Order: sequence, then structure tokens, then C-alpha cells
Amino acid sequence: MEFFHEVNIDWLGKKWYFLAFSLIFSISGLLSLFFWRGLPLGVDFKGGTLIYLKFDQSPDLNRVRQAADRVGLHDVSIVRFGHPVDNEIIVSLPQRDTREAELDTGRAAIVQTLQRNYAPNGAANAGKLDLDNATQETLAAFLTQADPMHLNNPAVEQVRYPQIADTILNYRDKVKDGLLGSIAELNGQVDSSVAAALEQGAYLSGFTVRNVEIVGPQVGAQLRRQALLATLYSLAGMLVYLWFRFELIYGVAAVVAVFHDTLITVGAFSLANREMTLTVVAAILTLIGYSMNDTIVVFDRIRENLRLVRRATLSEIVNKSINQTLSRTVLTSGLTFLTVLSLFLFGGEVLNGFSFALVIGILIGTYSSIAVAAPMLVAYQDWRARRGKAAALPAGKRART
Amino acid sequence: MRKNLTQKTILILAILLIFIGGFVGIPKGFSPAAVKQSITDRIHLGLDLSGGTHLILQVMVSEAVGATSDSDLQRILTDLQTASATGATATKPDPKGQPQIIRVTGVPLDKDNAVRSVLEDHYAAQYDIASGADNSYTLTMKVSVVRDIEQRALQQSIETIRERIDNLGVSEPVIEEYGPGTNEILVELPGIDDPGRVKDVIQSTARLEIHEVLGGPYPDQQAALQGNGGTLPVNSELLKAEEGANAGGQYYLLNRIPIVAGTEFRDAQPSTDVNGRPDVSFTLTTSGGDHFYQYTSANIGKSMAIVLDNSVREVATIEGAIRDQGQISGGGITQEEAQNLSLMLRTGALPASIHFLEERTIGPSLGADSIRHGVEAAIAGLIAVLAFMLFYYHGAGINADLALILNLVILLGFMGYTHATLTLPGIAGVILTIGMGVDSNVLIFERIREELRAGKSPAAAVDQGFSHAFQTIIDTHVTTIVSAAILFLFGTGPVKGFATTLVFGLLANLFTAVFVSRVIFEANLNRRQRGEAISIG
Repeated sequence: MEFFHEVNIDWLGKKWYFLAFSLIFSISGLLSLFFWRGLPLGVDFKGGTLIYLKFDQSPDLNRVRQAADRVGLHDVSIVRFGHPVDNEIIVSLPQRDTREAELDTGRAAIVQTLQRNYAPNGAANAGKLDLDNATQETLAAFLTQADPMHLNNPAVEQVRYPQIADTILNYRDKVKDGLLGSIAELNGQVDSSVAAALEQGAYLSGFTVRNVEIVGPQVGAQLRRQALLATLYSLAGMLVYLWFRFELIYGVAAVVAVFHDTLITVGAFSLANREMTLTVVAAILTLIGYSMNDTIVVFDRIRENLRLVRRATLSEIVNKSINQTLSRTVLTSGLTFLTVLSLFLFGGEVLNGFSFALVIGILIGTYSSIAVAAPMLVAYQDWRARRGKAAALPAGKRART
Repeated sequence: MRKNLTQKTILILAILLIFIGGFVGIPKGFSPAAVKQSITDRIHLGLDLSGGTHLILQVMVSEAVGATSDSDLQRILTDLQTASATGATATKPDPKGQPQIIRVTGVPLDKDNAVRSVLEDHYAAQYDIASGADNSYTLTMKVSVVRDIEQRALQQSIETIRERIDNLGVSEPVIEEYGPGTNEILVELPGIDDPGRVKDVIQSTARLEIHEVLGGPYPDQQAALQGNGGTLPVNSELLKAEEGANAGGQYYLLNRIPIVAGTEFRDAQPSTDVNGRPDVSFTLTTSGGDHFYQYTSANIGKSMAIVLDNSVREVATIEGAIRDQGQISGGGITQEEAQNLSLMLRTGALPASIHFLEERTIGPSLGADSIRHGVEAAIAGLIAVLAFMLFYYHGAGINADLALILNLVILLGFMGYTHATLTLPGIAGVILTIGMGVDSNVLIFERIREELRAGKSPAAAVDQGFSHAFQTIIDTHVTTIVSAAILFLFGTGPVKGFATTLVFGLLANLFTAVFVSRVIFEANLNRRQRGEAISIG
């Protein structure tokens, strides 16, 4: 089966439409970046504290906010996160509540105040162990202290109780996804005497800390700079390679096209008010690689055709090359788009920003190799011709075949 | 031709086996559980997938520079005395901001030559010496020396932190330099999702020093200034006593240069004082002990202060000469604090204090979730792609599918052999590898179709298709590998994890798309009659 057969589209004839399309998207992105929304920076680049919490039932955001107020954290932002049935929220503290000397005070304050002021009969649980937030260390210490199995032998206890703690936490985290429904559930997992001791001395606060990200202000700036530098270096690396394999103008055209893609994608983040994180930067780097890949495929064909077809103008050759590779371009983009789309749909919240960038980037990247990079070669050629220079085709060095 | 093909097939099977071994290893049994265990042993999961704590900390290396120049300053003072340059003194104009600068002032005219030659003889190796107005000298530590001290401070901090964390019993921690030239340390603690205690233990400098007491106690800083005529004497500092210590909350004026420095402590153990309260007993090194003995025998009746991390723990009057034993009590330390403190003193003081720059904690349930989602997405994407290739290219689709699967096996095998870490962005890199793998196959197949349309025989079309597409594939792969390698070098964290799998995946892809897929084609052509069409949709 075949989607495209002997296509003959005059791509370069549509260059003014392409230009208009690219300008509309780039400029609206730029306007949003500079005059409207700016670029929402994630905690990676901005600094601050993010606490991801998961609750066993639908969380009451107002009560969480009140609990935070009680410990003097007035400037927190609390939002729902992920799929509603997951009962997850993000509590974020601004940078000034994130002092570098004592990074995780904010986290400790939030957890403690929720244990006391949000959990069911919080006050009555004072002094008990919160099994939803217990660590292996605290749980093992609790069991060793209580010695429900009456081992009466410190040496044995030191081995046995940490193992039991591991079993319980493994059940909680891997099977129950972080939150126990009730302490009685443990009866099937561990010795009933242990479960009974936990019924006595522990409680379930009904929430758990899934993930904490704390970035000091200094690192935020440093990560920003590093991400920018890594991107620029990798662009420079590609430019040099293309210069070496083709000709400088090919490298320039490819880098301009890739820059165009990056600009539009970053603009889309601004327009959609999505946060820029380190993972999104990784996605942008991916799309740079991807778009470059697409552009090179077309360029390779142009180079080949320049050698094969003698009596044709550059625009005819470029058109022909785009048409010849069109089938591959559409197929590959379609399939890559399919994998990225599956990432966007099934990849979960953590990968959402990443896959959003790629979904946009792959569409734009495919478009730009046809509509930006290739026409630039022709424009350069025309410009040289107008200046009376020899209309040397930028055919590039003889490729080894 | 046929023999050649057999060799190639054997080569491919051998590579397949080697890389399966890379990520599966040799399982203890053939049950699914044993195989799974064997895989998890070999593929090292990043913290974002396994759960744990990730810390970035910065070593305040300028403090280490300050400590070195302090001891040089001490030597210069002695030298000035020896040269009997009365009235001459050495100070640091800005001990916090520019710890590398020492100034010698007030050198008497007749001693100028003697002082100059002493300074040049003893300090010119480490310092640039400039003479200024009024017979003063400015010694600036050489940049190379400063860098050397900073580097050593960083390495020593890494070692000290490693020892402390090992003592806490955290399994498989990662402690390494992070980012070049920024004096930062990356600490990764798998399985620790509440890093409170670990952080306390890491951060405590545990820099124990004994200083001469010049004045005090004063109720506050203001009083201290007034008591000394408005300014602090040269080479002195004002430190606060720990709440709960004797004279807690008050200020003491101390000689800034310690009698016993942090490096001169040899051992420390938790113990109890005469009243049964917890304290820490310490022992000095031989040279530290000698030094301490000289000082205490010469200064009976004076006071000295035990200073821990810039706060006064105890002030005692010297009642007799002491050689190498002492206790730190005061501050009302608890049993656990005494244990932590002696652990830290034993493992050695940090050469400089530490700031936390970044902390990420990934709860174990989130890690498990991320794996599930990432793997589900990867498998869904892979199945969609495999199905489409079969549908669109028929027989040749099988080539592409086999090549893709082999590509994944090689990628995972690479990860297993090199102990590279698989992170969440790494899974994304795997997904991108699938995309690039498909691309290579599509490039080749489309080219073969073109050649067939141009009327070439199947064998010639395959040959031409591969050789033409090969150029393009090399160009696209090298470009992407170049950029991924740059990301690996300059990127950090997620960017790096992504670059790792991408580079491995692309290398594997070059092999599978160009070599393996072709061998399958050739095997197919061999089985057919000459001129019979190949199945490429």
C-alpha cells in the first residue's frame, strides 16, 4: 500500500503562505512571551518549594489552605493535579519561603500541620505514628519499641522488625499506591500481633507526600543558564557538522529552521500557560534533534539531485526533492507523532509537559523542514544572483557515495 | 554469497545473545519472578523511578582558603616577632570577602629589608607580594594556590560526607562532584524519602576549634564593642555562646586564630560527665597535643573557649598544662546529639560549611507509578508502530519490526553493561529511539520502492536503496549523536538521563537499520527465484 504516488506539488510557489503562517505563530508566541503571559517557569528555574500530596479521598483545598495558614505559610498556592480520581494536589511555596540554609522547613511545616489540622481526629492522634507518612526507619523504631511479637531479644528484634517494616511499606507503596485504606488491611500481610500493635499506636492521616522539589534561588538561575548553554552548544555542534558535510548555507538554513521550531514551541508554552521545567527543556532538545533530522533528509536529496539533474533551476530541484521525500516525511512524522501521542495520553502527569512539547514540536518540525529550511536555500541563491555573483548552486562538497 | 550470509546471521544472533545477557543477566531460574529480579539487578533505576532523595549542596570553599591564610597569618606574626620588627603587624583587611589577602603594616624603617626578605623567602611560593606606601606589604594568595585549596576542600568534603552517610547505613548512595567549577556536590540517597536526619549529619561542619578568650562575656554585641573602645581588636572575632552552655546567649571576644584547629582532633567518643550527663571526649593528634601543651603551660590562669561551628560551647580557665585530652559538654546535649557529634568529629571535620541548594524527594509510590506509566506508553507506542509497519510494508514490515525489537534489546543491554542509569526522561529517550529507528527503516524502504518503480530488479533495488539511504541515515544520526553528546557533557539531571539513552539507542539503530535489516532482505532474496518481486507493500 502507498499513500503518495508521484506527487508533484509546487512547494516553493506557496512560500508566501508559509512565511505568513510562520510569522503569525512566531509573533503571537513572542507577543505572549514579552507582553502577555511571559514564560511560566517551573520550580527548577524559579526556585521555591513544590510538595505533591496524595489523599485517600477528595481533598478539601480550603481546609488545606487553612492548615497552612496556621503555621504561618500564607502565600501558598494549592491546586489539584492529575486525574481527579487520583486525589492529588500540589502545594507550592514561593521562593522567599525557601531559605537555602534550611531548605525543607516548608515541607516539614506542611506535613505537620496537615497531620494535626487536616487528618481525621488529628488532635486525638498526637503522639501516635502516622502510618501513611512513616518511613522505614520510624516504623522499624516503633515496632522495636513496642515489640508486639514478644521477641524479647534485641539482636533478633534488630533484624526482624526492620524486615516487617519493609513488608508493610512495600504493601503500602507498591500495592496500595501509597495510602492504606485501614490498618486492619495489614492483617493478611504481617503477623496479626503487629497489626494489632499498629491499631493501638498508629493512625492513618489520609495523605502522603508523593514528591518534593525544593530548589534554592541560586540553583534556579544556574539551571536556567545551563539549559540555555546546553541548547546553544548543541545547535553550534550541528551547524559545524552540517558545514563540514554540506556547505555553510545548509547549516545556517537548518539552524534557522530549528530555531523557528523552538520559538514556536516555547511560545506555545507561554500561550497555554504551561510551566517550563528541566524535563521540558529535554523535550525541546529532542525536537531540535528531530527537526534537524527531517531537514537533513530533504537536504540530502537536494544534494543528490543537484548532481543528477543538470538542467533545472534550484527551485525545481528543491520542489522535486521535497516531493520525493514527502512519503517518508509524512510516514515518519506520523509514526513518531503516534509514539509521542501515546506518551501524551498514557505517560502520566510527570511526563505531560514533556510530551506536550513534543506533540507540538513534531508537527512544527516537520513543517519547518519543508517550509522554512528548503526555501531558505532558494532565497539565498536568488540573493546571490541579484548581487551579480556567480549563481553557484550550493551543492556542497562531493559526497562520498 | 550464501556463506557470507550465514556468517552475518551468526554475528547478529551472537550480538542478540550478548545484549540479552546485558540486561537479563543469567537468571537464577526460569520463573518470571527470577527473570524479573535478574533484570532489576542489572538495570539501574534513577531516583525518579526508584524513589529516594536527591540533594545538591555547595561547599563554601572560601572558608577553606580563609583557614589556610589564617595559619599563614599566624606564621607571619611569629616571623615578624623573630625579625624583631616591633610595631609591625599582619591582618586580613576583609576576612570574609577576600580571605586570600593578608596585609603587613607598620614595619619599622630599619627592619624593612629584613621583613621583605623573610616574606619573600617564606611566602613567595604561595603569595604574590606587593609593597605599598608606609612600608606595608600586601600578600595575595596565588590563583593557582587558591584553586588548589578549593579543589582539595571539595574532595575532602565529598570524602567526609561519604563516610558520614556510610556510617548512617544508607545503601548505595551516590556522592560526587556536580557541575564543573561550581564547588557543588550531588548526593543521591535511594530509598530515603524523609532526609531530615541525613541532612543534619551532612550539613554539620563539625569544625571544632579551641580559641584564646580575649574578653567577655558581654550581654550583646553592642556591649562588646563599647567594652573595646568601639572597634574590635585586630585578629579577633565575637562569637555567641550556645544557649544552655555556661554563659549561654552571651558574647565572647576570641582570638580569631585558633590554638587548636579542626584538623588536629584525632578521635572522639560519646561519654558522660561527672554528673552523668552526656558529653563527648576528644583526643588530639600528637602535633596538636604538643602545641596545646606549650600553649596551656604558658598561659595558666587565662581562659580558652571550645568553639563548635562558630558557636562557643564551653569556656574554661586553664588550670594546668593539658596535652591531648578534653571534653565537650555544655549546651545540654542529648545522648543522640553526643553520638552524632562524635561520629562527625571522628569522620573528620568538613573543611568548610555547606549550603543546600536543591532537594528533591521522590516517594516510592510515585516512582512505581512513573515506571508503570512510562513503560505503558512506550509499549503502546511500540505496538502501534510495529502494527503500522506490517500493515504498510507487508513482508518488509517484518524486517523493520525485527530490527526495531533488536534495537531495543541492544539499547537495554548497553544500559546493563555500562551500569547507566535509567531515568524517566531516559524512558522518553527510548521512545524517541523507536521513532528514529522507524525513520531509518522508512527511509530505506521508500528508497527501495523508488528504485523498483524506476524498473530495477529486486536485488538491485535493495542494494541501491540501502546505499542511498545509508548516507542520509549517517547524516541524521551523526547530527543527533553530536547534539546528544553535547547534552551529556553540559546538561545535568534529566537532560543527561535523556542524552544517555538517546546516544545508546542511536548507535544501536545504526547497526540494526543498516546492517540487520539488510541481512534479512538478502536472506529473503536468496530464497526467492531470480526476478520474483519482494514484498514491500
